[in-house]
Amino acid sequence: MSALQIVFLVTALVTLASGVMVVTVRKMMHAALWLILTLLGVAVLFAILEASFFVAVQVIIYIGAITILIIFTIMLTRRVMEDTGPQTNRLWWIPALVSGGLLVALVFAFITWDRGYVDLDFLPGSAVGIAELGKAFVSPDQFLIPFEVASILLLAALIGAIYIANEHKK
Amino acid sequence: MSFLTDPIKFIIDWVVSLLNSWGLSEGWITFLTSLVGGGVIALLAMLFVIFLIWYERKLIGRIQDRLGPNRVGPFGLIQPFADMIKIFAKELITPAGADWLPYNLAPVLSVAAVLMIWAVIPFTITVVGTDLNVGLLYLIASGGFAALSVLFAGWSSNNKFALLGGFRALAQLISYEVPMLIALLVPVMLAGSLSVTEIVAQQKVWFILSAPVSALIFLITSVAEIGRAPFDLVEAESELVAGFNTEYSGLKFGMFYVAEFLHAFTAALLFSTLYLGGWRGPFAEQVPILGFVYLVIKTFIVYFIFILFRGSLPRFRIDQMMDLNWKILTPLALSIVILSALVDKALTPAGMVVRVAGLLILNIITIVVTSRLIDRSWKGRKREIVTTPRPVAIANPGKPESQESASV
Amino acid sequence: MIQQIPLSWYLIFAAMLFCVGLFGALARKNAIAILMGIELMLNAVNVNILAFWRFLYSDGVGGMVFVAVVFAAAAAEAAVGLALIISIYRRRNTVVADDIDLMKG
Repeated sequence: MSALQIVFLVTALVTLASGVMVVTVRKMMHAALWLILTLLGVAVLFAILEASFFVAVQVIIYIGAITILIIFTIMLTRRVMEDTGPQTNRLWWIPALVSGGLLVALVFAFITWDRGYVDLDFLPGSAVGIAELGKAFVSPDQFLIPFEVASILLLAALIGAIYIANEHKK
Repeated sequence: MSFLTDPIKFIIDWVVSLLNSWGLSEGWITFLTSLVGGGVIALLAMLFVIFLIWYERKLIGRIQDRLGPNRVGPFGLIQPFADMIKIFAKELITPAGADWLPYNLAPVLSVAAVLMIWAVIPFTITVVGTDLNVGLLYLIASGGFAALSVLFAGWSSNNKFALLGGFRALAQLISYEVPMLIALLVPVMLAGSLSVTEIVAQQKVWFILSAPVSALIFLITSVAEIGRAPFDLVEAESELVAGFNTEYSGLKFGMFYVAEFLHAFTAALLFSTLYLGGWRGPFAEQVPILGFVYLVIKTFIVYFIFILFRGSLPRFRIDQMMDLNWKILTPLALSIVILSALVDKALTPAGMVVRVAGLLILNIITIVVTSRLIDRSWKGRKREIVTTPRPVAIANPGKPESQESASV
Repeated sequence: MIQQIPLSWYLIFAAMLFCVGLFGALARKNAIAILMGIELMLNAVNVNILAFWRFLYSDGVGGMVFVAVVFAAAAAEAAVGLALIISIYRRRNTVVADDIDLMKG
């Protein structure tokens, strides 16, 4: 067991435990806090995967913006007796079965896949740098169109969210 | 590499060789040296805040034409220690109904978020905490953590005023991240990399000459991110009780206090690293410890400017603050990025002097045009006249007003 | 850096996180909690894409571009979803997903 494997196992355990807490905790605010811990764990995994740009992007966007939006919404939609009573539906065992079954199926698929235990000792070079990513985003024969489409999507979401959440004064 | 020219690196190398001689593997050595190095930097930064508090109080006092603390010790130098003892001795009161975990985590997180910034700053040509190749994004992410700590503090205090203060503080902090991030793209463009050590290494000519508008935007948004005057709406003592840290007492409040001063110093350190050349100066390559001295001098100059801001500018209202951010700083940041990119690309083959001069001229033109536009938009705003102006003082209060002569 | 972690570990972890998020999205009453489950699923997908990219295609940028687009889509969807939830709360005064059934049947 090398140090990196221990780090991976600890991170994966913490992330999964926080994920389970997110979906089972009664108070919404605590669920948001556990969500922050889960997203941090995923950021650490990105760092182990040598995608260093996405570590920073994960923290800035997910933790620094989306989680804050979620916390704002939780605070704005609180009623007095909100956080009591069971937080899951009456038929909660059906989703549990479905996700459990899906998990078993996926793990089975990964184990029996003949490239499943790809145990590469030395990966091809080091991961490509950010400059290449930047150039790929703006060159027309690479990935310019997804970049522009994502920008338009964000613009539409921005305008739509402002319009929807605005109070329309009669 | 004697001890005199480069003491920090000398000590680091000595520790590494000591650990090597004990037979530890490479990974463990890196881990232990990083751990010890991080602890030392954090400790020194926190101890340094004591001096910073004294410096600031003396300087604010002088700006306000008074002496500042001068009773406790020579020139009041022991005053911060007295403050510390007072804060340690206070009782830690936890409000009823407060959420235990966010309540205790918030002060810790606010100090940790600031200390994390010190990990990527190059102190000399050979000493840096860690050379991340996305160092600049890491800095922005740490700023996001500081915003999160304010939210925790406001939420968990179970107090409506603290919550409102926390919301306003959070709105300010996340709004001002936007122009900061965009304005930071200009030094990234000029240096060609996101890594902070690379940005410092590329500053043969300081970036404040090539990108003064970006430096100005970064300065303003840094002051707003810290939550310091003139942007200190979030902790305005006369407004929301004490804002988001109403319910904190004793050492927890002390942590917020320390975090604010440390954040101000860290923002000054960042500015001097990114725009003023960091450790660069005469003979800084040959004698690395001089680089550290230069960095400290530059940081203190910028910190002096921050204190001047605090002592002399009135506070912004919340709508003025949001106006400034979204209507002035963000379009200015966007346009300066685009224009700098164009000019930089056009003038790069022409050599360094032409490039710097071209960028400087571009920035001056941008500032002039922007100030003209702002002036014109302010002149057009009409202030409605509610009543005719009344005289302030009446000379003979006994007589009825109709017989009053026009003796205002 | 020598990669001592096999690819399958990442894939199994991503599958577990995805299933946890799926359970959260299907079984919770509060609309915001459903959204949090969706965010967990999107994070699991990101880990999956980056794991495959790093092991098999790390001399190109395709994986990173895909993850960037997923980030953008997640941010957009979270913003609009939360705006919708706030708007619904203003009309119906509830965020429990079961009670928002005006168009049922």
